[in-house]
Amino acid sequence: MHASATPLPRAATSGVPAIRISGAVKRFGSLVAVDGLELEVPSGVCFGLLGPNGAGKSTTMRMLTGQAIADAGSISVLGHVLPRQSKLARARMGVCPQEGNLDIDLTVRQVLDVFARLYRVTGERRRAAVETALALSGLGDRAGDLAMTLSGGMQRRLLIARALIGDPELVLLDEPTVGLDPQVRQQIWSLILALRERGKTVLMSTHYIEEAERLADHVAIMSAGRVVAEGTPAELIREHAGREVLDVEGSPGELARMRELALAAGHATRASGPALTYLHADRADGALPAGRRRSATLEDVFVALTGEYVE
Amino acid sequence: MTARAIVSPGRIEPSAVAAVWVRSWTVFKHFWHTRTFGAIVEPVVMLLAFGFGFGKLVSHIDGIPYLQFVGTGVVATSVLFGAVFSGMFDALYKRRYQRVYDAMLATPVDVEEIVTGEVLWLGVRSGLYGIVPLLVACAFGLPPTPAMLLVPAIAVLTAIGFAALGMLFASFVSTFDNLSYVIGGVITPLYLVAGTFFPLTRLPLWLRAAAQFNPLYHCVELVRHCAFGLHPAADIVHVGALALFALLAWRLAIWRTRARLID
Repeated sequence: MHASATPLPRAATSGVPAIRISGAVKRFGSLVAVDGLELEVPSGVCFGLLGPNGAGKSTTMRMLTGQAIADAGSISVLGHVLPRQSKLARARMGVCPQEGNLDIDLTVRQVLDVFARLYRVTGERRRAAVETALALSGLGDRAGDLAMTLSGGMQRRLLIARALIGDPELVLLDEPTVGLDPQVRQQIWSLILALRERGKTVLMSTHYIEEAERLADHVAIMSAGRVVAEGTPAELIREHAGREVLDVEGSPGELARMRELALAAGHATRASGPALTYLHADRADGALPAGRRRSATLEDVFVALTGEYVE
Repeated sequence: MTARAIVSPGRIEPSAVAAVWVRSWTVFKHFWHTRTFGAIVEPVVMLLAFGFGFGKLVSHIDGIPYLQFVGTGVVATSVLFGAVFSGMFDALYKRRYQRVYDAMLATPVDVEEIVTGEVLWLGVRSGLYGIVPLLVACAFGLPPTPAMLLVPAIAVLTAIGFAALGMLFASFVSTFDNLSYVIGGVITPLYLVAGTFFPLTRLPLWLRAAAQFNPLYHCVELVRHCAFGLHPAADIVHVGALALFALLAWRLAIWRTRARLID
C-alpha cells in the first residue's frame, strides 16, 4: 500500500526510507563506476544527486531499477530488497531516463497508453491516466502526433509524463534538463516542483548546480562512484565553503603560486577559470590577498569537492 | 488509496506480456500496408517464378504438380523469413537504437516478459502472413482440403520458434552488418535443406539426416500433409519437433537477451 496524492509535509520521514543503498559497488570490466556508495533517501523529499559526468549517477539510477545489478552491497527501494524484489519496487516508481528512449514510432497518446499498460493500469483508469498525463505535459493538442515530430523539450515533458502514468510514489529523474534551452528548463523545473508539492519522493541526478539548488531539499555530491558530501544546500555551503568566499584574479602563474601559498597556510581554495577562490573567507584572519568578496554558493562546494569545473 | 496492480516477481505475467504485445500491435497499425505488401508480393513472385519457370522442367514431384509442391513449401520459407528477419532486425533496433527494451525494463516488466511478448507477436504476425502462398497455390489449382485449416496453427508455431531464434541471433551482435554472418551461415542452409523446392529424397543420405534437425523441414512436411493427406503418426512427431524447437529457442533468447540488457 502506498501514500496517495495527498500532500505530505516535506521531509515527513517516518518509517522506511524510499531508497537505501549500502556499500554498493558496480564494476564494468576494470572501470569501477560505483565504489562503495552509501545513500539514504527519506520518503517525501526531493533529493538531488549532484556530480560531474562519470561520477556514477546514471549507474546508480540503473541499479535502482534493477537494470544494473550491484557486484557488492545492498539496495532496497520502497522497502523491497533488490534485485530479487525489483519488480515490486518498479511497480511503485516512475523513471525518466537520461538517454532518450521514447517510442518515436508511436503517437503521444499511444506512448502513454502503452506505458499505462506496462504499469498494469486497466480499463477506465487507463483512459483517465492518459488524459491526466496529457494535461500535465501540456501536450493535449499534440496527442495524435507521432512522438518523433515533437521538439526536444516536448519529448522531455512526454518522458516525464510517461514516468508518472502509473501514479508512482517514487520518481527517478536522470539529468532531466540536460541539453535543453533555458526556457524549456524552466518548464521542466515547474513539473518537478509540482511533484514535490504532491508529496512524491523524487531522486534527481544532475550536473547543473542551479538545478540542485533550486529544486532539491537535500543534496548528495557524488564523485568517483561515492558520496563525498551530503546535506541541505545551505548546510553544504556552510560546512564546505563558509559564509563568504574571495575571488582573486591573476595570470595562471600567479594563481598557481597563490594556490601553493594558500595550501601552505591552510586556506582551502578552488580554481574557477581565470580566478582562484578562497573558501571560508569570512573566517580567514586578514592574510588573504586583495580580491572580490561574495556569498558562497553550492558551485564553490561542488568544485572544491569534485575538482571539476562546471558549465 | 489507489488500487495498485499486483505484480509477481519471478513469474511471467500475462498482463505484462500483453502490454509488450500491444505495443508491437500499435506500431504495426502504422506500418501494416508496407508490411503486408511485402509479405504478400514476395512469396507470390517466388511461387510464380519457381512454379512456372522451374515447372517447365519438372512437371510433377511424387505425383504432385510442381506448382502445388512449391506452393506448399513456400508457406514454410515465408514463415521463416518473416519471423527470423523481424526477430533479428526489430530486436536489434529496439534494443540498441530505439532503446524500447530499456524503457520497458524500468517498468514492472522483466526480460522474460519482453521476449515472450515479442516472440508471440511475431509468431502470430509472420504465421498468418505465411498462409498467403497457400492461398495463391489454391488460386492456381491446388484443391482446398479441411486439413488446411490446421496450417495457420502450424505456421504460427513455426514462426514463434524462428522469431525466438532471430532474437537469439540479435543478442549476439551489436550492428546490423554482423547479422550477415547469420543470414549466410545459418538461414540460407536452413532454407535450402528443408524440402521446399525439391524433395529431400534427392539429397545424399547425410544431408537427409541433417534435415531432421531443421525445424523448417518439419513445417514443410506438415503443410504438405495438410494439403495432400495427413500421416498422423509422423505428423505428431513433426509437431513435437516444432514445439521443442520453439521452447528451446525461446529459453535461449531470454537467457541471452537478459545478458545484453541487464548490466
